[in-house]
Amino acid sequence: MAKRIFEVYRGHEQSGQLESYTVDVDEGMVILDAIHRIQTEQAPDLAVRWNCKAGKCGSCSAEVNGQPKLTCMTRISDYENEGTITITPMKAFPVIKDLVTDVSQNYANNKAIPRFKPRPKDAEDGWRMKQHEVEKAQEMRKCIECFLCQDVCHVLRSHSKHEEFVGPAFLVRTAGYSMNPIDNEDRTEFLKERGGLGYCNITKCCTEVCPEHITITDNAIIPLKERVVDRYYDPLKSLVRLIRRK
Amino acid sequence: MESSVGTRQDGFAKTDRLDRWWLPPLSVFVGLSFFGAYATWAVIQGNNYFVDPYLSPFYSPCIAASCPESIRFLGIAWWPFSPAILMMGVILGFRGTCYYYRKAYYRAYFMDPPACSVGEFRGENYKGENSFPFIIQNLHRYFLYASIVVWLFLTYDTGHAFFFEDGFGVGLGSIVLLINLLLLSGYWFGCHSLRHLLGGNVDCYSCVLGGNVRYKAWKGVTWFNKKHMNWAWFSLAFVCLTDFYIRLVAMGAITDPRFF
Repeated sequence: MAKRIFEVYRGHEQSGQLESYTVDVDEGMVILDAIHRIQTEQAPDLAVRWNCKAGKCGSCSAEVNGQPKLTCMTRISDYENEGTITITPMKAFPVIKDLVTDVSQNYANNKAIPRFKPRPKDAEDGWRMKQHEVEKAQEMRKCIECFLCQDVCHVLRSHSKHEEFVGPAFLVRTAGYSMNPIDNEDRTEFLKERGGLGYCNITKCCTEVCPEHITITDNAIIPLKERVVDRYYDPLKSLVRLIRRK
Repeated sequence: MESSVGTRQDGFAKTDRLDRWWLPPLSVFVGLSFFGAYATWAVIQGNNYFVDPYLSPFYSPCIAASCPESIRFLGIAWWPFSPAILMMGVILGFRGTCYYYRKAYYRAYFMDPPACSVGEFRGENYKGENSFPFIIQNLHRYFLYASIVVWLFLTYDTGHAFFFEDGFGVGLGSIVLLINLLLLSGYWFGCHSLRHLLGGNVDCYSCVLGGNVRYKAWKGVTWFNKKHMNWAWFSLAFVCLTDFYIRLVAMGAITDPRFF
């Protein structure tokens, strides 16, 4: 059994520090196991949010050596050459206590998205569609709301645009609605205004950290940006729309 | 660790990351600067860009009056500078507003951010692509439209590279130009805007005219799009290499081997 040193953030929003814990590490342990061992053996008041321990609930998000991770899916052995392992809360959100952050802004952003609006049924028992037509929307449905993409997004993390930019997770949600073949809602104005899509400058960090491997930038954000271009920045399309109206 | 939002670390390059996060942006900076500098130099030269039947891709289409007769189009007489500068706006615009290159230079040149989870210069004045100059990125599809013309001419000029004074033949230059065309085509056919315009803007393929064809077109572009970064780099490097090869042959520094 090897020993590893973990530096864990302890504190609240306004004050806190890294505290050092030496932990016995067994083969195959993940970061969340080490946190639980610290909680059990050394710091019973250490606050951590977790639930399924299977990478599906999205609760245990934190930063391991500065990189956003699901702690239940991150093996300690991945950091064999990095000495001390630092565990901090997600930096884009206010800290409630220790590793637990206040992610409630995300729920407000979610509410701002125009709801799913199905077109009239085309059969007695519902709608008819082919598998290939729903693939684009299905990719977006893989989101587990871990908010790692929100955490790594520099628009939120460094520029604090939480009120003006819904963030990658909710652009994925919007894409999931809008690309659904039976959805009839127009979300273009939302994307440009309240959604703040123009703040995204395509740095692809959200795609890099997504534990569900959703191609967030290429399959959600860029297609949505192109839809905004269709409406607001394409003079040819504007001309066509003007002629059609007449 | 005091801060206004969360435990974020304000300040350039501040991070808890222990890996070599600075290596990718530095590599992109060096790569883009090198190829950008070479391309600028090659475009400004205005000489050694043609040796029958090879035309440097930087000069395709050659539309100034100063262009050699066998590859000249339009023949714009009032243009006193290098003929390549006339078409440079299209190429620069297409690559400059490309979604991949945006990621590359926002990280490597503007450090916005330099890497994921790494602190940057600007604070709350950040506007992203909402205001000038970056709002211009939204015109990417117009550079795409313009580049179709350039691509067609490049295809013609590549075909021309197989026709020597004594008829059809294949030289090393012909093969170099063909590879260049294939790489540029791979980059062009993976364009995000093209992907959107061909079928990405359709949500219900069975609800629109030609939906099946549009779905297949979207799928095809998606195949190229998945490796858009690779196509972007290989095509950029090879277009410079192609120009360099033709330049050396035109200068008489090397002889172009003829296979048949």
